[in-house]
Amino acid sequence: MGKLVRSHATEFALLAVIAAMCVFLSLATNNFFSLGNAFDLLNTSSVNIIFAVGLLVVLIAGGIDISFAVAASVVQYGAALILGWIGGGGWISGLLIAGGLGILLGAFNAFLIHRFRIISIVATIATFNIYFGLLMFFTQGVSIYDLPDWLTDRIILFEQEMADGTWAEITLPVLVMAVCVFATWLLITRTTTGRQLYAFGDNPEGARRFGINIGAMQFIAFGWLGMMAGIGGLIQAHYAQEVVPNALYGRELDVLAAVVLGGARLGGGKGSVLGCVLGVLLIAITQNGLNLLGVSPFAFKMIIGAIILAAITLSNTSLEKLLPFMRQRGARQ
Amino acid sequence: MAETMSTGGVKPLLSLHNINMTFGGIKALKDVSFEVLPGEIHCLAGENGSGKSTLIKIITGVYRPEAGAVIEYDGQTFSHMSPVTAQAGGIQVIWQDLALFPEMTVAENIAFHTVIGRWPRLVDYRHMRRTALKALQRLGVALDVDLPLKDYSIAQRQIVAIARALVGEAKLVFMDEPTASLTQSETDHLIDIARSLSVSGVAVVFVSHRLAEVLEISSRITVLRDGALVGVYPVEGMTQSRITELMTGKTFNQQVRAKPVGDEPIVLEVKGLSRPGQFEDISFAVRRGETLGITGLLGAGRTELALSIFGMLKPRSGRVWLNGRPVRFSSNRKAIEAGVAYLSEDRLSLGLIQPQSIADNLAIASLDRIKSGGLLSDERKRRLVDRWIADLGVKIGRQSDAVSTLSGGNQQRIAIAKWLATDPKLLILDAPTVGVDVGARAGIFEIVAKLAECGLAIILISDEVPEVYFNADRVLHMAQGKMAGWFDPRTCSLGQIEAAVYG
Repeated sequence: MGKLVRSHATEFALLAVIAAMCVFLSLATNNFFSLGNAFDLLNTSSVNIIFAVGLLVVLIAGGIDISFAVAASVVQYGAALILGWIGGGGWISGLLIAGGLGILLGAFNAFLIHRFRIISIVATIATFNIYFGLLMFFTQGVSIYDLPDWLTDRIILFEQEMADGTWAEITLPVLVMAVCVFATWLLITRTTTGRQLYAFGDNPEGARRFGINIGAMQFIAFGWLGMMAGIGGLIQAHYAQEVVPNALYGRELDVLAAVVLGGARLGGGKGSVLGCVLGVLLIAITQNGLNLLGVSPFAFKMIIGAIILAAITLSNTSLEKLLPFMRQRGARQ
Repeated sequence: MAETMSTGGVKPLLSLHNINMTFGGIKALKDVSFEVLPGEIHCLAGENGSGKSTLIKIITGVYRPEAGAVIEYDGQTFSHMSPVTAQAGGIQVIWQDLALFPEMTVAENIAFHTVIGRWPRLVDYRHMRRTALKALQRLGVALDVDLPLKDYSIAQRQIVAIARALVGEAKLVFMDEPTASLTQSETDHLIDIARSLSVSGVAVVFVSHRLAEVLEISSRITVLRDGALVGVYPVEGMTQSRITELMTGKTFNQQVRAKPVGDEPIVLEVKGLSRPGQFEDISFAVRRGETLGITGLLGAGRTELALSIFGMLKPRSGRVWLNGRPVRFSSNRKAIEAGVAYLSEDRLSLGLIQPQSIADNLAIASLDRIKSGGLLSDERKRRLVDRWIADLGVKIGRQSDAVSTLSGGNQQRIAIAKWLATDPKLLILDAPTVGVDVGARAGIFEIVAKLAECGLAIILISDEVPEVYFNADRVLHMAQGKMAGWFDPRTCSLGQIEAAVYG
């Protein structure tokens, strides 16, 4: 047990903070502690979690990507166009098209990074501008509202009537999110490719000397994030029932903050799917709680920024000091 | 031409011919040949930059040699290797920088070969764990294989790196400076391991700068100098000074420089200085013109002690006097102003700003002195740099060249000049010869001796006992953060100090 706590210190700390916040919000508000609110949180967080697990893979491999959120917008548009051409399509063709387009956009990032040795933050800031610029130029900023019916129809997977007559529902995005989370977990912890990604992020030179294909690592990491961005984009269009070209603009930093909050390290080699999901949920719960407490939405960003700062400072310093046994073993042997 | 030695009719396990390698216009290897016999312990000797590491990287497939190279290994001929063919053929390396993965568990680090391969598979963690435990058992070491590697000390990571090399069916193991951070008993253990590998038919190529060790363990020595083969020699009849001569092409005559410092005024006095977990109850004094050597193993608290005197760490208790006045520096800036200079241990990353010019690096600690009317004066900077470059005999192209273009020895001179330009009373040199060739080392100590003659008080920190033995007036041995003993090089032998430090 001690070993488990030690090796998953970030996850346990996040769980503890989330639990404390839930207790506080349950007491302070009337509506927080309800099935409906919990399901709402899951439904609204799904897209961010899909983005987050994709970004996690890139961070583990030692990279960073600023472009994925606008890439998701490009995919939304591209997928809407292609689906129009093929005469409507359905969920399967939709997910394949969105995922495929996403992989292409991610692979372009990997190509720039690997072929021209551009550091990933610079390469993806460039593609962020290229993708967004192209999108705004070709769409003239016009949104798409006439999406196929299958895409805009809400699909309820589970529902329950509440005491006050409202319905608590879990919808399709949650299922897609769960599949993405599971697939990412499988990739990074259970496959040899995943372990190579960790190793590459942890010590690129060491990985190279083992004969790990560095180019393949970049394409897998950025391709995976691209796929998640594509899927997340489609799900976001489904959830919002419209495609607005700048709807996801700025989302990249929210997701990045959540993933780092979840224990992933900028620089590679570290991070877990659980931490990443908890990071997104912590921010979502905070936002939800502030809403229910009646705090002005204008204060949200400020408060969330402060929470991220506090959490990261804590996890960098005091956590290890609070748990001295974490450091002592090995360090002074 | 290179001398060669007959292999006595035994067919070599590995033989390389016509190995050439060029990096950015510089020939790293010139027409080198190299042979290893099955089951022998072979030493590869040479200064930094002589091409040892490049040669190992060619043999293991990290680099591809230029056309014309012939690599014969285990009955097969290659024009170049790849990491995968090298590993499949049983060539294993323990890299100097270990090439381990700190965030991953010990088990994964040891059995990492199980996740390599062209096609993705599921990871078999149980198999990994078993493999790792077996490899550690073979070394007679018990480590918790489920903990991340970063929880372990450098010496333990070394063990992990060795265990990793032994998991495959190794036929040829390269050990690149394997003992650099080990204690004597750990080194002895490693030598035993190398011997038992050799007995079981595995060839070991040992790269070490501790020549005593090389002579103890190996049967043949290949010497490289400036990327070219000097020769292959039997270890019988070889001496340390002969190897040094072969490596550098120069003759050295080391003599103890220690001199009495008598009643010169005390520059620095330290009493009962402690910083829990790093060093405890340290007391000493350094006089004007004296060179105090501090030695001890890695992690003995030497660097932390130096940083505390330099104001970068806060000691918990104890007192410090500089020129008779009690001081308590709140930052290294205050220490520099008071006349303390500290030449950092890690010159490459901390001591010099590699991409910046020689002139900017040299002047950075004394910007106040080159101001004119409140602004930096290029003219004053040029004069300052000219003066120090002439004084220390640094060979440079232009002042505006990047420091990274200089050799290790010349970089170290720039680093020293940077501090001398601040006009210090006390100079702390922390591992000043790391990354500096044997040949250039002598030049650095020449400078140190001259500075002491000019009245500077010097603290010389090094884990290379001979360095402090030959160049310091008194030697303080630190072990596990405590003062373990004092030595006077004029009255004791090098062996006595080495026994105390490595024993």
